[in-house]
Amino acid sequence: MATVPPTARVVVIGAGIVGNSLVHHLARLGWRDIVQIDKGPLPNPGGSTGHASNFIFPVDHSREITDLTLDSVRQYKEMGVFTESGGFELARTEARMEELRRRMSSAKAWGIEAHLVDPAFVKEKVPFIETDQFIGAFWTPSVGVVDSLRAGTIMRESALETGALTVVPTVEVVGLDTEEDGAGRRRITRVRTTDGDIEAETVVIACGVWSPKIGDMAGISIPLTPAVHQMISVGPCPQLAEQEGEISFPIVRDMDTFCYERQHGADMEVGSYAHRAILHEPEDIPSIEQAKLSPTEMPFTSDDFDPQLEQAYELMPELLGADGAEMRYAINGLLSLTCDGSPILGESEVRGLWTAAAVWIKEGPGVGRAVAEWMTHGHPEIDVNASDVARFHQHQKRREHTRLRTTEAFIKTYGIIHPSEQYESDREQRLSPMHESQKKLGAFFYETAGWERPHWYESNAHLLEVYGDAVMPREHEWDSRWWSPIINAEHLRMREAAGVIDLSAFCIFDIEGPGALESVQRTCVAQCDVAVGKVVYTPVLDARGGFKSDLTVMRLGDDHFRVVTGGAHGMADRKSFTDQLVDDGATRLTDRTDELSTIGLWGPRARDILASLTSDDVSDAGFGFLTCREVQVKGTPVLASRISYVGELGWELYVPMDAAAGVWETLLEAGSSHGAVPVGIGVYGTTGRIEKGYRAFGFELDGERSIVEAGMQRPKVKTADFVGREAYLRQREEAPRTVLCTMTVDDHTSASGAKRYMLGGEPILTRDGGTLTDGHGHHPYVTTAGSAPSLGKHVLMAYLPPDQAVIGNQLAVSYMEELYPVTVGSVDATPLLDPANERIR
Amino acid sequence: MTLVLVEIDAGGVIEVSRETLTFARSLGDLVDAVVVGDLGDAARDQLASYGVRTVHHATGEAFDAYAGAAWAAAVQAGLRASGATHLLAAGTPRGMEVLAHVAAREDVPMAANVLSAEGSDPIVVTRQVVGGAALEEMRLAQSPTVLTVAGHAVEPRPADAPGAADVVDLAVDVSEADLVARVVSTEEPEPDLSGGLRSARVVVGAGRGAGSADGFGELLELTELLDASLGVSRVVTSLGWRPHHEQVGQTGSRISPDLYIPCGISGAIQHWAGCSSAKNILAINTDPDAPMVTKATYAVIGDLHEVVPAINAEIRRRRAG
Amino acid sequence: MTNVLVCVKRVPDSTSEVVLTDDGQAVDGRYAGFTTSAHEECAVELAAQVTGADGGEATVLTLGDDDAVEQLRSSLAVGCHAATHVVAEAHRFGPADVAREIAAVVREHEAAGRSHDLILLGNDAADSGDFQVGIRLAYELGRPVVNGVNQVSVADGVVTAQGAGPEGHETYRVPLPAVVTVLEGGVEPRYPSVQGRMKAKKVAIEQRTPATEPAGPDRVRLLLPPPAPSDVQILGKGADAAPAVVDVLEKLGVLSR
Repeated sequence: MATVPPTARVVVIGAGIVGNSLVHHLARLGWRDIVQIDKGPLPNPGGSTGHASNFIFPVDHSREITDLTLDSVRQYKEMGVFTESGGFELARTEARMEELRRRMSSAKAWGIEAHLVDPAFVKEKVPFIETDQFIGAFWTPSVGVVDSLRAGTIMRESALETGALTVVPTVEVVGLDTEEDGAGRRRITRVRTTDGDIEAETVVIACGVWSPKIGDMAGISIPLTPAVHQMISVGPCPQLAEQEGEISFPIVRDMDTFCYERQHGADMEVGSYAHRAILHEPEDIPSIEQAKLSPTEMPFTSDDFDPQLEQAYELMPELLGADGAEMRYAINGLLSLTCDGSPILGESEVRGLWTAAAVWIKEGPGVGRAVAEWMTHGHPEIDVNASDVARFHQHQKRREHTRLRTTEAFIKTYGIIHPSEQYESDREQRLSPMHESQKKLGAFFYETAGWERPHWYESNAHLLEVYGDAVMPREHEWDSRWWSPIINAEHLRMREAAGVIDLSAFCIFDIEGPGALESVQRTCVAQCDVAVGKVVYTPVLDARGGFKSDLTVMRLGDDHFRVVTGGAHGMADRKSFTDQLVDDGATRLTDRTDELSTIGLWGPRARDILASLTSDDVSDAGFGFLTCREVQVKGTPVLASRISYVGELGWELYVPMDAAAGVWETLLEAGSSHGAVPVGIGVYGTTGRIEKGYRAFGFELDGERSIVEAGMQRPKVKTADFVGREAYLRQREEAPRTVLCTMTVDDHTSASGAKRYMLGGEPILTRDGGTLTDGHGHHPYVTTAGSAPSLGKHVLMAYLPPDQAVIGNQLAVSYMEELYPVTVGSVDATPLLDPANERIR
Repeated sequence: MTLVLVEIDAGGVIEVSRETLTFARSLGDLVDAVVVGDLGDAARDQLASYGVRTVHHATGEAFDAYAGAAWAAAVQAGLRASGATHLLAAGTPRGMEVLAHVAAREDVPMAANVLSAEGSDPIVVTRQVVGGAALEEMRLAQSPTVLTVAGHAVEPRPADAPGAADVVDLAVDVSEADLVARVVSTEEPEPDLSGGLRSARVVVGAGRGAGSADGFGELLELTELLDASLGVSRVVTSLGWRPHHEQVGQTGSRISPDLYIPCGISGAIQHWAGCSSAKNILAINTDPDAPMVTKATYAVIGDLHEVVPAINAEIRRRRAG
Repeated sequence: MTNVLVCVKRVPDSTSEVVLTDDGQAVDGRYAGFTTSAHEECAVELAAQVTGADGGEATVLTLGDDDAVEQLRSSLAVGCHAATHVVAEAHRFGPADVAREIAAVVREHEAAGRSHDLILLGNDAADSGDFQVGIRLAYELGRPVVNGVNQVSVADGVVTAQGAGPEGHETYRVPLPAVVTVLEGGVEPRYPSVQGRMKAKKVAIEQRTPATEPAGPDRVRLLLPPPAPSDVQILGKGADAAPAVVDVLEKLGVLSR
């Protein structure tokens, strides 16, 4: 065994499944001089990997998590540590059956074999189960168990064999040193350990539940919390002892009791997510010496488990009640939870300091590969945007936020989560200046990046009568949950007159200084060397030409650009620009989000309304599309930008925070005589946008999609260099392997007669239910679904195989295990509504 | 005056009682002893060498078979006869039991397993708690002060000036009730249920580092190669990985082999109490700071699942060669 | 039918490194957890065996804070039938206080028609190690007491208790009612079964407040012993150390065969 060397190319902190997988992939990708340290001994240093239940159910509603899981399974199989057992997810209620039908959509979308089966089918494979306890099940034959400790050893040893790796166990990190560069960015320089210092320009924190503590040493937030997952082992059970090997019966997830039953040799492990959330602080995890078993196997609190024990017994009385079967091992095992349920991966705000944490066994090797690729090439093959450490806003970096959100979410681990479901805890972190006014208007708030955003306004309920059936009401509870027909009424009123939209959640940052132009040009695809006062809409790419974002840039001066981007992804965008800042000691990025509120005014009457409030020229001739300048709105100086995400004439108005409430009221007041109403994000984010075929990052646009596939290529590519330029040029030469299309649903009638409305994520199939596969080997699924009230249609967007991307092509969408006919309406960015974009002028 | 309950076996005054006499002298007062049952000349001479002034000797039918309460009555008579204000006994099962009886009968506190005492009025003692893993400072404010002295708290050391050790017979008033709980038979020492563990020359130990019930293969192989016994830590038995009779420790078997090879045992005090008599300890542990490593004679730093197979292979290689 | 009362104490699990509370008045169990001491686990097993054999009732009693109910439930899950909880902060009670409280429970139960013919305790508590509660209890109740045995059986109103003595295996035979303190090693405590645990959950626990104000344990504070100096000879790291190990085995003469 080695001692800590004085220098390293990269230091990986942690030797659990993630750290081990990471060193393996780094070595494979050509990294040398890798040093891996852990405070515990090998092969089991005492983290969460050591007590994991080690089973893998591949189907998740998230494509990102599913892809990481599938890649992990592939790697586990290659290492020979995967045993296929099959797995059931049981439904005790009809609501759960419906959720399992929805799960079938995800399985089909991600191309994983799964079937809905009856209790008799389950009984055949799990003879000791009581069939009167449940009504059906979701059967995934490819579920299996892995030996994650063995996998870790294999991967570590493969890296050791290349000579690229030095492993030093029982060494504890006591500090991380950073220094600042000319652009005000910090960078990692050194890892301090109990065995001496290691100079390194790249460091990865991959130490699971301890990661926040290590992150704090460099002043970065890794907002995860150690949380208890209870598990007991009952045995020996004669029914299991008769079988050879570790696992011979499928794993059973009892979804409605939040429990699982997993055979382990002659024992049955019962795990639970049904208890209260039991959270710990990373600093309160015992040391190896203090712990009875391991630091992450905390003392079992049997009271919390008792209700689950009873439910498990009901399900498997003969097995769990067998003579001689005793509860011998019971732990409160620690695992990592985050405020949004996603892992925490990527480079932190400290350059060279990476993190790979809050990762479960099922994702471990996939995450190791993805992060190693990211570190090597600047992007992973699997898009991991939702897991980017850069995503967190200030309010999310607080431990309190993580605690409250995970407390709320823990019980939902096996829960039925509506895709639009909002958190209840730790809300109202950021309130726009017009929040009080919005409450009076009966706003129904969704949360974005901590901001409370009206999704619709009950004050507009009277419009329902005005528009009647044109608001496309939804009769099924699931389809209409977290939704209101008022959204569609607001939409119609905006198209008819005008709407005023609070967009305070936008992230806004200024890039100023002698290197501002170069910094912005390097980051953005579109030509940003434009006249002062021009507005540019642009994608932002990674090195392989995948989307990192799409946003707008305004040139406010020769050396002054202002970037406006969505709140949800704003922090990651900020990092993209920060990464490209020219290091001249004078060019700076300044976050203006908290200084400026954004108010949108759009609709055929928008110009009349604005004109009534200003003496500035707002005519098309005087204030052209894609330009910006300051105007006085009733005496308040406001930066106005003529741009639209809803396909209407109008402006985004950037108003100083303290004046925003006044401008909001002024606009509503002046607008009312023109028929304008306050309009919520339901219109801005979905209905208004999809009628115009506008793409949204995180839905249609992600790291695995190209500009060409998204149908967003422009005739020319600027000569100035930018991230992803080479890849983009190459993509333009190739035929796309998949094409983003817009479809409309032809008939919503389900077998029961009720009309159903898709919500997104559903597989697109041939009319008779046949599978489609694009040139990437992916199956098409709905990226956005929503009403298009002005078309009177329900619109779906999806990437289709190029041969299917034909206007008028008749396909089907599978929703809750029924097929609905759809027709392709657009195969590029051409909008279904107002294809000539006349309304915007 | 300090009175010490002294235990005597075939070899004379037992070691812990001699330690207790040494401890008693350090309290500064004269030391008397109380002995129940047989007292040979050799033992008397030992008591003299340990500075005992008077030996209060209780004999008679009441003490033919052991009864804790009867012994307590004898010690109480010794207290009266000596006028002692401190009462000490060795921290043996008998010493603990008899002094607990006396403390209950005198309605005074008792401190068990004392390591040191300081001050007077009140005396503050430091004693072992949590099986020796922690210490407690405790006030003893009532008279007589009653305490038992932990084994190895002091080195047994004869007095600079021997005592007279005059033997005085005690008149003890033993009541009927004091004899109800009385040993009715004593048989040969109970058969060794530990599979020879207690008398083994070599013991291979295994702790939670074994990892699972299936993690003992290499260890059993080493056990076989060395003709040794397997001993395990408490965690291992409480997890059901190995049977209870293999447990070494304060509450399991106490072993005294020529060589103890604890593998993946951190060396909690509980376990240490059972293996500290081993002549040599060769610890295999991943943690160089583990108590078992720091207390060992030899150590290998590493995972037992890597080290033990290598040792097995090396032994086979040398034997084959 | 023998009705047994078995007394248990919630103690920090001390199989790993011991941590003290900030005020130095107790051992901190938050890392390693809490348990019943091994002697008492055996006492509970003996109580289950004695009552299982003759149909008597085994009652488990503890004096401790609210959390100590966990130890009562654990005992109920492995064969006890009833439970009594004297809710109090255990660290404020000295051994004489505890004995008095147990005696008060026994007397009250007896006054209410519930006799406890045999009272089992652990030989000493795993944390405070006072070695005297059982004996003090016997004097409180005026009953005979057998100390430090590991096997217990009852027949014809007489308890037979056996254990290791200085000269061999000792046997006591004492008429009931009696007090017996138990050492680990004579029986293997059972693990709970799923049904046992479920049954335990449903038992109503008798809750009581202390009968008298405790005099206290005369504790000044707890402290940790200083680490012992080390003169270990490190033979090497990992598998590479094997030859050096076998050299030592040869030197010690344990390899010959």
